[in-house]
Formats: sequence, C-alpha cells, structure tokens
Amino acid sequence: MTDIATPPATSPLVEGRTGQWEVVIGLEVHAQVSSQAKLFSGASATFGAGPNEHVSLVDAAMPGMLPVINRFCVEQAVKTGLGLNAEINLFSVFDRKNYFYADLPQGYQISQFKQPIVGEGSITITLADGTTRDIGIERLHLEQDAGKSMHDQHPTKSYIDLNRSGVALMEIVSRPDMHSAEEAAAYVTKLRSILRFLGTCDGNMEQGSMRADCNVSVRRPGAELGTRTETKNLNSIRFIAQAINSEVARQIEVIEDGGTIHQETRLFDTSTGQTRPMRSKEDAHDYRYFPDPDLLPLELDAAWVEHLRQNLPELPDALRQRLTDEFGLSAYDAALISEDRQTAAWYEAAAAGRDAKLVANWMAVELFGALNRMGLDLADSPVTPDQLGQLVDRISDGTISGRIAKDVFAFMLESGDDPDQVIEAKGFKQVSDTGAIEAMIDTVMAENTDKVDEYRGGKDKLFGFFVGQVMKASKGQANPGVVNDLLRQKLDG
Amino acid sequence: MSDILSMTAVAARQALDNKTISAVELTEAYIKAADDTADNNAYVLRTSDKAMEMAKASDKRLAKGEAGLLEGIPVGVKDMFCTKGVETTASSAILKGFVPPYESTVTENLWQDGAVMLGKINCDEFAMGSANETSAFGAVTNPWTASEGPLQGKALTPGGSSGGSAAAMAARSTLLAPGTDTGGSIRQPAAFCGLVGMKPTYGRCSRRGIVAFASSLDQAGPITRDVADCALMMTSMSSYDSGDSTSIDAPLPDLMDAFATAKNKGIKGMRIGIPDEYTVDGMPDQIASLWDTGRKWLEDAGAVCVPVSLPHTQYALPAYYIIAPAEASSNLARYDGVRYGQRVDGASLDDMYAKTRGAGFGDEVKRRILIGTYVLSAGYYDAYYIKAQKVRRLIQNDFTNVFADVDALLTPSTPSAAFALGDESKDPLSMFLNDVFTVPANLAGIPAISVPAGLSSDGLPLGLQLIAPSLREDTLIKGAAILESAAGFDHVASGAAS
Repeated sequence: MTDIATPPATSPLVEGRTGQWEVVIGLEVHAQVSSQAKLFSGASATFGAGPNEHVSLVDAAMPGMLPVINRFCVEQAVKTGLGLNAEINLFSVFDRKNYFYADLPQGYQISQFKQPIVGEGSITITLADGTTRDIGIERLHLEQDAGKSMHDQHPTKSYIDLNRSGVALMEIVSRPDMHSAEEAAAYVTKLRSILRFLGTCDGNMEQGSMRADCNVSVRRPGAELGTRTETKNLNSIRFIAQAINSEVARQIEVIEDGGTIHQETRLFDTSTGQTRPMRSKEDAHDYRYFPDPDLLPLELDAAWVEHLRQNLPELPDALRQRLTDEFGLSAYDAALISEDRQTAAWYEAAAAGRDAKLVANWMAVELFGALNRMGLDLADSPVTPDQLGQLVDRISDGTISGRIAKDVFAFMLESGDDPDQVIEAKGFKQVSDTGAIEAMIDTVMAENTDKVDEYRGGKDKLFGFFVGQVMKASKGQANPGVVNDLLRQKLDG
Repeated sequence: MSDILSMTAVAARQALDNKTISAVELTEAYIKAADDTADNNAYVLRTSDKAMEMAKASDKRLAKGEAGLLEGIPVGVKDMFCTKGVETTASSAILKGFVPPYESTVTENLWQDGAVMLGKINCDEFAMGSANETSAFGAVTNPWTASEGPLQGKALTPGGSSGGSAAAMAARSTLLAPGTDTGGSIRQPAAFCGLVGMKPTYGRCSRRGIVAFASSLDQAGPITRDVADCALMMTSMSSYDSGDSTSIDAPLPDLMDAFATAKNKGIKGMRIGIPDEYTVDGMPDQIASLWDTGRKWLEDAGAVCVPVSLPHTQYALPAYYIIAPAEASSNLARYDGVRYGQRVDGASLDDMYAKTRGAGFGDEVKRRILIGTYVLSAGYYDAYYIKAQKVRRLIQNDFTNVFADVDALLTPSTPSAAFALGDESKDPLSMFLNDVFTVPANLAGIPAISVPAGLSSDGLPLGLQLIAPSLREDTLIKGAAILESAAGFDHVASGAAS
C-alpha cells in the first residue's frame, strides 16, 4: 500500500520514551456470506454439521469437477457493497490464488485479485465521545474459504474437515484510516452492524463468521508510513483492540530501542494478549494469481444492481438519524440502539407513544446492565419491550418514582411479571395523598424540633435532612415532589 | 465377422434397426477385436462384462422400438473421461486406483443414447503429448505401418494425446471414440491413423467430469471412421451443461442434415480461405501437394478458394506452450495425495507432497508443471502469461477478420505423417511442433476437423484440416463430406482386426 493516510485533525498520539507516535491501522475483514449454499457448489454452507458432512464433489476437488457461481452470493456481495456506499463493478473477474495446503483441496483458492466486485466506499464510525469519522473502504471481493485442519486429534496424523471448503466469504479491505484500537473496534462494530442490517453476514465472530486481519504501523506524526505488520485471524472485537495495543507498544519499543520493524505476519496469543511472529516476508508465498479459466468474468446488469439499491433495508446510519430526529435521542444512545436491527426493533416497540428518551435511558443503562450481569442476549430478556414501556409509563404518570422503578424492575427481571402486577403485589405505589404525607411531616417535625429551629434560623441545608426523614418514614413510597412542596410550606410557613 | 467390423456406426445403427445384427453380436465382435489387437496397447482397462450387459439392454430397447441415437454402438473411452465405478487415471500413475463416483457429462450423453462401453483407452499422461508416449501405461502402437521408405518395419506412433483412441479406431477394436483436444489431440492422431476427428467449438461439449489439462483450451470431440459418423457422434456428445460455466447454451446445427445437403447438393458458393502462413519450412512436398489437391476437390464441388492471411500464426505455438502449462500447473495441484489416487508418505506434509508428486507424475507432466509455475511466478507473469494472452487475442482477431470474408479455412492437419515411436520424445521441442496447424483453433476456441485425404509415399495416412467460425460445425461437416467423397479414402490399417 503506497497511499499515505491523512491523519485527522485530532489523530490520537501515543507517548513513547522518545516522543510521540502516530498509529496507522488498516483492517481486512473476512465476512462469511449468509447463504444456504457455498460460493461455487450446491453443498450446504450452514454451521455445526459433523466433519465432512457438507462436502460436494466440487468442494473436494474431484478430477473434472467444475465451479459454478452461486447467484445469491453475488447478490449478497452487491448488497453489501451498496451498504458500504461503494462503487459496484459491473465487470469483475475470479482469479486462482495458488498454494499447497492439506485443507485446500484444489491447490488454489478462487478469489478476486485485480478486478473485485466492489470498489471504493466508506463507512462512518461513532466513538465513545460521540464524535464521528469516515473510514475509507478500498474494496470488497468474493472468495471461497478453505477447509479446516485439525492437528490435535491423533498423535501423528492431521485430520481434515472440508465443511468450510468453498463457503463464500467477502473480504472487506479498509483504507489505512484508523489511528487507535478504539477506532478499529468502532470500525468493526459498525461494519458488523451494517452486515447484520443487510442480512448479508450474521456477524457471529465466535463462530468464525467474521474475522479480521490487522495491519498496524507506527510513525512520527506527519512522517512517511512505517513498516507494517499483519496480525491474522482475530475473532473478537476485544482481541482486535488488544492485538493492536500490544502491537503498537511492541513496535514503539523496538524502534525506540534502536531496532527496526520487519514486515511480517503475526499471530495473536489470546492467553498472553501479545502477538508473535508467524512468517516473515521472505517466507511469503508466491500465489501465482491468474484468472480462473473455469469461470467466465462476472458481468452484472446495471438495472439489477439498481433494483437491489432501491430495495436495501434501512441501515444503521439512517436509523440513528431517525432515532435522533424522531425520538430525540443523544448521539451515543442512538448509536448504541442502532447497532443491530433486533435492538432497534426492541427499542421502537418499547418507546412507541411514550417518553422515548426515558425508554432509551432505561434500555441503555438498566436493561443492558442487567442482561450483561445475567449473561443474556436481548432476545432472551425476561422483560418484554411492552413491559419496559409500561414501567416508564408508571414513572411518567407519577405512580412510582424513578428510584422505586429500579426496585420494580428488579422484580420484573426475576419474575417476568408486568410492572403493574409488581407494584400492586409489592406495595410499591407512590404515596401522593397529601393528608398522609402531611401527617408524616408533622411527626418528623415534632421529633426534631431543634432542627426545625435551626432551619428557621437560617440553616437552609437542613431541608434535605427533612426530605430524607419523610421519605424514610414513607419507606420510599412518598412522592418526592409532593413531599418537597408540603415540607417547604410547613417549614417556611 | 469382418463384415461387422467394417461397418461404420451409421451402417451398424441401420443394421441394428433392421435386426440384421444384434447389439450383443456387435459388442462381442468388438470385444474379440480388442482381444486380437491387444498388442497395440490401446486399452488400459477393458469392461467387457459391463459391455455385454449394456448390449443386452440395448437389444431390449431395440426390440421395444425405444432405441437411442447410438443404441448398441460400442465405444472405447479415452481415460481422461471420468466413468462412474470404472477406474479413471488420465494414464497417470498418480491417479492409479481412482474410481470416480460420477460420470462425465459427455460419456453420460453417449450412454443415454444407448452406446455400449468397451473400456478405457490409453492416452498421453493428462493428455500432455503428441505421440502417446508419455502414458504411465506405456506407448501405443499405430496399427498403420510404412509400406516402404525409412520407417518401414518400425513401430509408429498413433499420435497424441488421443493416440490410444485413434489406434483402437484404426485397429477396429472400437467403433466410436470420444477424444479430448487441447492443442490438436483429436485431429493429429486422427490424421496419423486415417480417421475423422473433430474439435468442436469451445463449450459445445461439457468439460464436467473430464480430467482437466488446460481449462480454457480443453474440448471433447469425436474420433470416427467417417464424416457421417462424426456428425452422428457429435450430435450425441454435445449438450449445454449448467455444471460447466463455460458450456455454450446454443443449439447445435443439424449435422446429419448438413452432411446430406453437401452430399446431395455440393457446396456451391462456399468460400474457403487458404492461409498463407500455414506453409511452413521443412514441410514435405507431398503434404503441400495434398493441400493443393484438397483445394481443387473443394472447388470442384462449387467452393470458391481464396488466399487469406492469418498474420499472427507463427506466435500461436509459443503462446500455447505458455497458456496450456500455466493452466495445467494449477489444474494439477489437486493431485496431492491427500484425498484420492496415489500417496507416498513423507516426514512432513511438504515431504509427502514432493514424494507423491515426484513418483506420480511422469517427465512430460513435470516439465509442463515447471514451465507453468514459472510463467505464472511474480516477476515473470507479465512477460509470459499476459503477453501470451495478448497473442491469443491477436490470433482470435486474425480468425475473426478472415471469417468476415470466408466460411472456412483449409490447411494440412499435421506437418508430417506418423513418425517412429521414440523418435521425437527425446526432443520435446520437435514434438511440440507437431501441433503447429492444430493449436490456433484451440487458442481461438473455434471448431476444426481433420479428414483422411490420402497416403504418403510411405503408405501412411495424411489428413486435411478445415477450420470454421465459432458454432459452425455444420460448415465443417459440409466441407469434410466433400473432401471425403473426393479423396475416396478406403485404406485399412495393416494392424486392423478382421
């Protein structure tokens, strides 16, 4: 890559012993195309079958067996390209990438080298502080996956599982536009969310549906690009961030100690959180790419591409905009809720006709917090969108206070009951009856005549003490607004 | 018996329909002929029991009036075609013991039409060769022998790579033979053995289930006794196949009708180009004069022959010997000892690969894998592979240009008659030169046919080639019908069964 990435105005810098360093990161993400069948054969592409149960004659590279392109996989790649605001190449070519390995039956991988199906595009990432940045996409190409070698099943033999052999992958290559682990993580998060909205990849990194290779280099701010290393096959966003941070620290230390960075491929060790060398540039394969003569160039109909463009589902950016505009959410809440379509649908169901910002708050803080603790996905939430909405209604209509609502919510999580049931059964109803509250205030004032005198003598700060005492007397159920008003009348009056 | 063996496929089909012979009788005759001529090493595997079963089934269908186009016709299958349940090796040690669980589309078409499978036939290893001497099963001997001259008494090559198929046809140990043609592998052996051989338009016959040599050049086609049989067999072999992305979805012209039309009405007005560039140094006078005779035969039937120029012809062979090995080096990577065929164990995976491929591939295959790997390597790719592809385009353009003016081209099939076994395998370059007239049609993807046109002064068959534009196999059949009638080639190889 010869392009010099332009650092953003606020490019985060890393402090070394000898001065500041700028980090340059580019990612290659391999995303498995959501498809029933493989890229060039009719065999099933689904996850979880027994070894070698999903292998056709083509996948096993039997003599004379030929690849035939799966139209649906092409459609998925085009939709993804459209979702990445990218140029769709109406003419693209499949090449053979030649190398020998036991789990690569043909002795070559069918990929796209010089003429990919999707060209340049970009996606917008949102960082934790709410700022956004555009990250360039260099290309997206279709290729087939290899099989899997298992070296730990037998003392002297390796076993091969060809279920993945021929499964369609999209390799999505970013520009070297990222400058921190946080940006890289935000990029992968955003990319995954776009793919999920499109339904073109399930984004399940732990199942290997998405994995990333990270190209990392460091340089003095504004200097020429440094030598990069590539850390392969990272299968979680956390590992991506860890690998980048450890690689950045390593590179800075090597250079500051007077050494040089070698262009090489590295592996991330999840147990140590460090990267280690896999192979150097000198050991790199000569892949002898050439157009696959078994396949004709892929020519797309412009009208068909336009049809796909018109029928794209709502994407995260549009949804986020709508959440901000229609529901008045903060950029951060909107980004969080628009991360995947299920979350957004859940939110929209809960927020319909209610205090939408309050619902967003409850969802982002209380619900996600609770699900995290319970180790549950949103889909498995014991509280339904409607129940969360009802709870927010009870806060809005003054039936319960925000604090009590947290207790009610805890019972809802446990039992799955409606908030009204919990409020009724557990007696959480807020006391707004002025007579009852006045009686409590009178008791509190009678028990603390010294404090009443101090307050009336000018010690305003004691007001909070009285509020606390009354709330305590009401076991938290008194309406805090009513308590405030009545207290002020009685103390001041 | 000799009456049965001398029948063409068209005649045999007639006799079967007329019940003057049965499919079982016909098959038995060919099984015996294969026994009698076994010395020529044409067959690598005989499937006589299967043949008898198939012949019995054919007789039943004939009796019920449900006979197919090739009902009861015995066929020997080049070992490049995968045959379900029958060992298929491409004449290579590396595929020894490989029994495909599937049938190639082309052979499936033949069986669907009622043909009877006699066995698998010898060829050059992975179809790489022009003399059938690179086979792991050993060379095949041409049933033809020189009646005089320096080759007299010597065993001759049947040509290659479909050398076994042509030898079996000439020896009359099969009645039809499907071949494959990457640079001349059907037409050159057909010419050397006094047979008709057609390489159809690229994509006419599905490549599915044919062991790949060079994917962009490989094309299956018929080797037959005469032009009518060629039309018949081609009709059965070709089909659109969604399992081959390069298969053509266009109807085949009615070749039997084209044959009958030419026989009845001649080829009045057909324009035939005589390419200047096909006159090569060192070409024997008798081939030049046969070529000229062929021109006169076509003119006598009403054709107009004109000189044409295909200026990039001289670059065809070098381009071919870059593109074909490049594709082969990649296509043959799958023979790694991991899943099927032969494996030689090693200390590591790389060692196992090296030992398996070292032991499994013969010298010619290794030579082409090395050439192909080299021309695709970083730093050489542009200079060799890309340049060869550009040359290929220029050669295609040459043909497009001349076919704007003519309907077909007439050339010799080969620069010589059959040569002695062992003569040319020592010198790969001179063996490569055998393909000089046949390679351009493969590079352009256009159809071509070789027709026996006469005997050399040594008494060996010589062929003339017709080349037509894409999809015009009917033009080839018409021109070939005229050449065949005029030549009146009725010689039979001395090594033929009787």
